[in-house]
Amino acid sequence: MQIPMPLKNKLAKALDINSIRLDFPILSQKVNDLPLVYLDNAATTQKPIKVINRITEYLSFQNSTVRRGAYSLSEKSTALFNEARQKVAKFINAKQNSEIVFTKGCTEAINLIANSYGGSVFKPNDEIIITAMEHHANIVPWQLICEKTQAKLKIAPINELGELNLIELEKLINPKTRFLSLCHISNVLGTINPLKKIIDLAHKHKIPVLIDGSQAAPHELIDVQDLDCDFYAFSGHKVYATTGIGVLYGKLKHLEQMPPYQAGGDMIEKVSFEKTTYAAPPSKFEAGTPPIMEVIALGEALDYITNLGLENIKAYEHSLLKYAENQLAKLVPEVTIIGQATEKASLISFVIDSIHPHDIGTILDQEFGVAVRVGHHCAQPLMNILKVPATARASFAFYNTKEEIDILIKGLKRVIEIFKY
Amino acid sequence: MSKLSQLYQQVILDHSRKPRNFGELKPCTHSCEGYNPLCGDQITVYLNLDENNIVEEIKFDGIGCTISQASASMMTQILKGKTKEEAEKIFQEFQQMLVSDLDINNQQNSLGKLTIFSGVKEYPSRVKCATLAWHTMNSALQSKNKVSTEI
Repeated sequence: MQIPMPLKNKLAKALDINSIRLDFPILSQKVNDLPLVYLDNAATTQKPIKVINRITEYLSFQNSTVRRGAYSLSEKSTALFNEARQKVAKFINAKQNSEIVFTKGCTEAINLIANSYGGSVFKPNDEIIITAMEHHANIVPWQLICEKTQAKLKIAPINELGELNLIELEKLINPKTRFLSLCHISNVLGTINPLKKIIDLAHKHKIPVLIDGSQAAPHELIDVQDLDCDFYAFSGHKVYATTGIGVLYGKLKHLEQMPPYQAGGDMIEKVSFEKTTYAAPPSKFEAGTPPIMEVIALGEALDYITNLGLENIKAYEHSLLKYAENQLAKLVPEVTIIGQATEKASLISFVIDSIHPHDIGTILDQEFGVAVRVGHHCAQPLMNILKVPATARASFAFYNTKEEIDILIKGLKRVIEIFKY
Repeated sequence: MSKLSQLYQQVILDHSRKPRNFGELKPCTHSCEGYNPLCGDQITVYLNLDENNIVEEIKFDGIGCTISQASASMMTQILKGKTKEEAEKIFQEFQQMLVSDLDINNQQNSLGKLTIFSGVKEYPSRVKCATLAWHTMNSALQSKNKVSTEI
């Protein structure tokens, strides 16, 4: 099946979705005797056979520790580990490999910055800005560090379309502002934030910026040098690799200044009971034996999506988004789409009049094999702003098809039929 | 009856569409706010117990899915006129039906109409929807004023 690309992007090449689907073993299984329609990609993505095989190969023939074994197996493992770091650096166009710190996920990456950078820089009455569309992972670490340092957390508001209000954001900035942390793409609204503009604005006031890229890494071409962000974080399992691995990019000048986050083996230069000196970044932030298998699998996953081409992925997913939006529009007034930003990634949050998302989820799963996320998406403050207790969310990956969206729509019609009164 | 129609029986749909005893009860002798942080459901249960510890009046309000609204609605119906001890016993049995091994067909119980919720057991992610109102009611009786399904 060849999918025609939107004219807007002439560079994008059509992806062969049928053959891509064969790369993902999980997609050919049935749930509740129905073919699985997996539309919860913003929560986690499925794994291509290449990644699965890479893990099997590593565990079967290459497993050993890194950085310390004076034997061939460990040297091989260390080389593979370093090679994966290089792949990550290339994937986001970091200037050097040492700017890539491995964490256990995007959440830990944000906690690392809040604790290490924030903990050493923030002073009482300093101000930290986040936005109204953040995931709990980009709210709570800042609340904790603000409590510890007595800094204050400020929230940049969004407009009725679900876009960041840049005028209000600028008004929040003042000489006490020390840090800005925001998402690249909202996990609830799908809004793609105009990062370059925002980062430029922050830098004019000498404010460092962290980008929570967990929703962007699988969909957007990321260039940290072009963005000029100070930090960028994302999770492995959302880019077709496994859980247990995350990436923190940091400009070397910051990583060098920052104190360690956790202590242990691997992060030291020299230890005595009187004094310990720390290793250079990234090792300084990677105490303990790292998740070697996960790192190597991440490298393999990034190879896989790089081969498909992020531009091609984006163009195809955009066509899925537009198709889904058009189909959902036919279910108005019952269905309301939450988040109508002009620049939007391939996810749709919606609510159906008087029907709770939990009930939507159960019917879609049981009668249609469709997996969607229901709930508050770890963004309760945003739910309060939107005045909904919860939403249902369908999020698409390049292996999804228009036929699957048709099944979703059919399912929603059935939901309305069952519960509408 | 399919697993799904077992879950969404007509009685349950009816109670969720037209919840009985819905609204605030003030003043009241006992009340508690219950919260399910996983799905954002929120419910408040209000009770008036008389001097003999009998549930004279019981109401609830809040937001939630079909299962949680219907469960709250049917709970208020069955508990009216019961003693505090009886209410606690029914709560225990309701919970046992959904999370442990109470065999409603062969073991004696006071659940009556509430056995309609036994199908929820097949959906582990929905059990908390059905028990939220009950936990909240029980906490109200214990004079707590807030409860969460995740603690």
